Amino acid sequence: MTDLVIIGGGPAGMSAAVAAYESGIRDIMILERDENLGGILQQCIHNGFGLHRFGEELTGPEYAWRYEQKVRELGIPVKLRTMVLDITEDKVITATNEEEGIFQIRAKAIVLAMGCRERAKGALNIAGTRPAGIFSAGTAQKYVNCKGYMPGKEVVILGSGDIGLIMARRMTLEGAKVKAVCELMPYSGGLARNIQQCLHDFDIPLKLSHTVVEIHGKERLSGVTIARVDENRNPIPGTYEYISCDTLLLSVGLIPENELSKCAGVDLDRITNGPVVDQDRCTQVEGIFACGNVLHVHDLVDFVSQEAQIAGEGAAAYIRSLEEKKGKTGESISLKTDGKIRYTVPQRITAHKDVTVYFRVGDVYKNVKINVCNEDGEILFSKRKAKAAPGEMESLVLKKELLERAKELKFELEEMDR
Amino acid sequence: MKRELTCIVCPLGCSLQVELSEAGEILNITGNTCPRGAVYARTECTDPRRTITTTLRCEDGSMVAVKTDRPIPKDKMHEAMKQIGHVVVKLPVQIGDVVAEDVFGSNVVACQNRDFTLRD
Repeated sequence: MTDLVIIGGGPAGMSAAVAAYESGIRDIMILERDENLGGILQQCIHNGFGLHRFGEELTGPEYAWRYEQKVRELGIPVKLRTMVLDITEDKVITATNEEEGIFQIRAKAIVLAMGCRERAKGALNIAGTRPAGIFSAGTAQKYVNCKGYMPGKEVVILGSGDIGLIMARRMTLEGAKVKAVCELMPYSGGLARNIQQCLHDFDIPLKLSHTVVEIHGKERLSGVTIARVDENRNPIPGTYEYISCDTLLLSVGLIPENELSKCAGVDLDRITNGPVVDQDRCTQVEGIFACGNVLHVHDLVDFVSQEAQIAGEGAAAYIRSLEEKKGKTGESISLKTDGKIRYTVPQRITAHKDVTVYFRVGDVYKNVKINVCNEDGEILFSKRKAKAAPGEMESLVLKKELLERAKELKFELEEMDR
Repeated sequence: MKRELTCIVCPLGCSLQVELSEAGEILNITGNTCPRGAVYARTECTDPRRTITTTLRCEDGSMVAVKTDRPIPKDKMHEAMKQIGHVVVKLPVQIGDVVAEDVFGSNVVACQNRDFTLRD
């Protein structure tokens, strides 16, 4: 029996492990399928990580190394090149690696920190042929940054999420010609600074309200047809434009990787695609916690580390409560949203203490008020925001006293200009 | 004359407005929410600079992430890439090791360890 097993050795897993150790848990094991700790950070060689956490700008590998050093210093055991195959509700983990074959670990608590994966081409339904030269942006990033291969010379990028923007700059610096970045929405999902330093710096056009409608080429991609879309995101006839290119990169969203969570019977949120959790990031399966991009997709790794710390501390407290034989306390408050606010994390609160709630809006808004109402529609708390956008996670703190006045909390967005 | 900039110092990405005289002197900076934003607006209008991050091949064929240890002139980015492109990194290399010197006034340093003594 191991006290705490952490699935995934990326930023979330490492931060959760360190936090649990610092909360007094000694018997911890990190399982990581790659050859190194650090997860996706190892291929994110650009800088801009760590401003919140370390007060300085780091590249992805440097940020990962800060946490890896802590994990090493504390002597937390790590199994690399180890793939977890199954997790049961009573916390038996089945994993495999080259040295040990298939083996099982029984854990008192588990932290799920498997991260997310990219939405693939198949999810998009683009017409045309299926030639070589179409990659997800993250795959191209791995080829360029970790393997040293260039996926192509003339590039179109579909989707203006941060990975797409970062890859536009990366491919350009390595000598490719990035002809356009197309974004279906009328706004970019990426950070404003990435639009500046990845596109404007290199005169790469950002085509908002545009999508790829057809793929051309037999063996290798020879070009794409793009078109402007209307407010319902349908291509507008007469706006079709052919762009010759040998490479199409897709940066069209990330999906939390929850296959193992499903094995363990963890309830998933239909909006976040991640587990439903309480303020300690505990799922409805007692002793199974989740944090990082497996829970919901984050904008900044700094926030992943912060959330993972909550999960690590929560798991530590849970393990201690087993020893003290304390039962679970009281009822839980469920957190709802009005649709303009797409989701909250956590989705329920079971403890009477100050809780920071993270949430994301579904559209671009200016001058809004976020209202938190109880089950009778009474506004218990509100906060003004000059702007809110889907690309930026928001947060607010719910005070302990407020939580005592509600059985259910609804997060509503009120537009002040209307 | 007015210039509109997007601050790249942190993920907030503030919109900055810089008022310039005809001679290019900075008269006024607004829109920044921190002092670093004002510094950015100033350098962006007078001497724009960027930090480059890229990868270099090591002598064993593997790749290692590197960066310029300070920002270099923005219009020298492509030249800098050409200058360091041929560098083959000697192993072992650790984070912070200098792999190329004086690239437009900056050293290029490793951001990743390629050092087998660090393996368990």
